Amino acid sequence: MKYLIIMQIDPAVLEQLTEEQQRQIGEGHGAFIAATKESGEFIATQALADPSQSKVVRSSGGQPEVTDGPFVESKEFMGGFYLLDVEDEARALELAQQIPDAAIPGLALELRPVMFADLGEG
Amino acid sequence: MITAEHLGEGRWRELARQALARLLRSYGSARFDLCEDAVQEALMQAHQQWPAQFPDDPLGWLVATARRRYADRARSDARRRDRETRAALLQAPVTPEAVQRDDSLLVLRLCCHPELPRSGQVALTLRAVAGLSTAQIANAYQLPERTIAQRITRARRRLGELGRPLPPPGHAGESVTAVLDVLYVMFSEAHHTTAGAPVRDADLAVEAMHLARLLRRGVPESTEVTGLLALMLLTEARHPARVGPDGRLISLDEQDRALWNQELISEGIGLVDQAAPGAEPGPYLIQACIAALHAEAPDIAATDWVEILALYRLLEIVTGHRNPTIALNRIVAQAMVDGVDVALAQIDALEADHPGLPRLHAVRAHLLEQVGRPDEAARAYRRAIAATVNLAEQQHLRYRLRRLAGVTVGPVGAASRPPRPR
Repeated sequence: MKYLIIMQIDPAVLEQLTEEQQRQIGEGHGAFIAATKESGEFIATQALADPSQSKVVRSSGGQPEVTDGPFVESKEFMGGFYLLDVEDEARALELAQQIPDAAIPGLALELRPVMFADLGEG
Repeated sequence: MITAEHLGEGRWRELARQALARLLRSYGSARFDLCEDAVQEALMQAHQQWPAQFPDDPLGWLVATARRRYADRARSDARRRDRETRAALLQAPVTPEAVQRDDSLLVLRLCCHPELPRSGQVALTLRAVAGLSTAQIANAYQLPERTIAQRITRARRRLGELGRPLPPPGHAGESVTAVLDVLYVMFSEAHHTTAGAPVRDADLAVEAMHLARLLRRGVPESTEVTGLLALMLLTEARHPARVGPDGRLISLDEQDRALWNQELISEGIGLVDQAAPGAEPGPYLIQACIAALHAEAPDIAATDWVEILALYRLLEIVTGHRNPTIALNRIVAQAMVDGVDVALAQIDALEADHPGLPRLHAVRAHLLEQVGRPDEAARAYRRAIAATVNLAEQQHLRYRLRRLAGVTVGPVGAASRPPRPR
């Protein structure tokens, strides 16, 4: 069962972290990636640039139109994700709690089951 | 001259499996990783050398070559002691007809060892028993090859750590339950593929049925093994009618039964007739009996629902009333026997205990639609659509919702449009 673990981040929260804390988060992600690769549950992970870098394409009067900026104004946004293949939801939750973000107030992880995936192989 | 091509893929796989079983018998299942690597290397050597000179005894050649490879590896492995290497080299020569009956069984039972995680059991079984390549398994599961390779490596290592993981051969029948569950998971996953998925070069259902046949050859006296094979054949027989041209799932009541594969059905029913009389009822045999009753019926109305309901009740008893999905299926049969109102009340009770049960809203929606309560049915369909993570099932539910709302249903592409208001 594939799960997408979405990392909901808040730049204001991240700014408040000490360097030591930021280093621990970096190492925590490294350890998480290594552990899920070892267990054969890892598929992919990506960290996304700040929403200020976003462009939005959406229909305006039947024509696609490009605008700047985030899709929705919000304090929290999707900072990145892990794509995992796990036995069941319980295991996905267990893993999500091992991601360093889970221990930081103001950040959150959102889990969604994946219905279809083409990973570009085969 | 006989060549690798003449041998055929099936025969290659069989040789690989038999050679692996021989090595495991010699060196112990704790050396699973070394044994499997040795067989793989011997196979590669065979591919290179056999076209020029085909051996009189292909299996004997493979086993002897794999033993040498094993010895090479064992020697170069610092952890191995000399005496193990010597033991490997001094191993008695292969006798052609040795222990065929539980050779495959030994490997199957090892791969499905209860201490391994389910995903590891399935990957290892497909690799070591079915003989699929890592790439083929990855393709079948739509996962990166690296992920599958890691699962196999980890499972092999775990088998090594377990030391002496299984009772010695001779007690063949006693521990096939884990194997049955692994094969059934493999088979079910094949039938849960999502619509629009790319063509696969390995069909999990075909592999699972092949392995079930293999298992049955090993333990022909087990009615659960026969039951599982029959259940697979009878389920597979309905497959052509189960998925519409647009990838939508078609429920049993709307399937074109002319599309059912009669050859598979008669084989499945034959197995049930052979295994069921006087057998101790086990979960797979009971489910095979239910599948056989559906397969024999010309349509929904002429189906023997009384018997099916009795079988579901029996299934609940033998599984200790622990599986709410069985209860849900029993309720479907109950609607046909005792009426929809009784069934709806039972669904409410089931929901109270298992709020997130898959397909619960879908069953409720179907029942409400049957008794002409369209508004409640539509609500249930919407909840069912939100609750499913299977694309084909979702398309089926959207189709039923649109039909309920009186919207003309177009074929391809229609499923992606939201239902129009009534």
